[in-house]
Amino acid sequence: MNELLLAIADDELVLGWRDSEWTGIAPVLEEDVAFSSIAQNEIGHARAIYQLLADDGDADALAFDRAPEEYRCSPLVELRFVPDWARTIARRVLYEAADELRLERLKASSDEAVAGLAAKVDREEAYHRMHAEMWLDRLRDEPRFAEALDELWPYALGLVEAGLREALADRFGLAVGDAIERSSHADEWPALWEEMTMVRRSVPGAAW
Amino acid sequence: MVTTDEVWSALAEIEDPEIPVISIVDLGVVRDVRVHGERVRVEFTPTFLGCPALEVMRDRMTTEIEALGAEAEVEVVLDDSWSTDRITAAGREKLRAAGFAPPAPREAQAPKLLQLRSAVFRCPYCGSTETTLENIFGPTPCRSIRYCTSCRQPFEQFKTI
Repeated sequence: MNELLLAIADDELVLGWRDSEWTGIAPVLEEDVAFSSIAQNEIGHARAIYQLLADDGDADALAFDRAPEEYRCSPLVELRFVPDWARTIARRVLYEAADELRLERLKASSDEAVAGLAAKVDREEAYHRMHAEMWLDRLRDEPRFAEALDELWPYALGLVEAGLREALADRFGLAVGDAIERSSHADEWPALWEEMTMVRRSVPGAAW
Repeated sequence: MVTTDEVWSALAEIEDPEIPVISIVDLGVVRDVRVHGERVRVEFTPTFLGCPALEVMRDRMTTEIEALGAEAEVEVVLDDSWSTDRITAAGREKLRAAGFAPPAPREAQAPKLLQLRSAVFRCPYCGSTETTLENIFGPTPCRSIRYCTSCRQPFEQFKTI
């Protein structure tokens, strides 16, 4: 269970980081606001899960003091898409669908702390799902968006455990196929890790 | 020795750092207060998990409790026990008067896009329900942006959590 929670926290932290790259440069002001809020929420979820895992210890240490190969996030969230809006939205759509499935499972956990936190996260994610739904409606017939969905599909499968992949495929009318698992990292990951952890590496234990 | 009532009164003086018209007690984020001798234990539930006001609220609570001569222990509860339904009636009225439309009641299922697009949300300025969804997200994670087609005023709508 802890390994699963760490993977989810890493996904949310890194995706929050990537989504925040649109702050100030999104195609319309509404999306500048939306991506900034979504990123803030995802990083908030990561923080809460790290706190649960750290058990009164240092959540920041868990978030930032690990070596790049120790992160358990899916390569999907590591990919850098700015300034490609079609792939950015395709990732959001796929990620939120997968996240909903794994949250449903966590909400039913026998561990009360896990189930309680999952229920809280899910209430917030409902608004991210609406945002994804809105963009899916707008872009579903756009060839560039359809290409992006196809390209990212193997990554999306790797987000969830094998038992949930069929359910994810049903949502999009796609076949399960080969998954890009979270044991690997994207080529962009080392550069992002460098940036994310820069302050903590310069000043150990930094806080403000 | 400090009493539970004194602690609640002191906490009721702390305003929300982002929406100072409402206190953290009216916001419903203080779940429980317990006094054990010189120690006061407060259970506190975040609104949104990524809310940057969280640390500020926690520090203010500690300061207020220490000002009463007690030792403060503020525990952040990471579960689903806070909902916008916990905002008090007085708190909702203060929000509305300040131009923030109070949240709709929570339902068993999280809200859907269709509901947010329906014309049931009331403009805090003119009371009309002729309002449209402009953006699911707003200046902070807890708010959406709507537009009133009656009085032609954009306004902030609290999200239901």
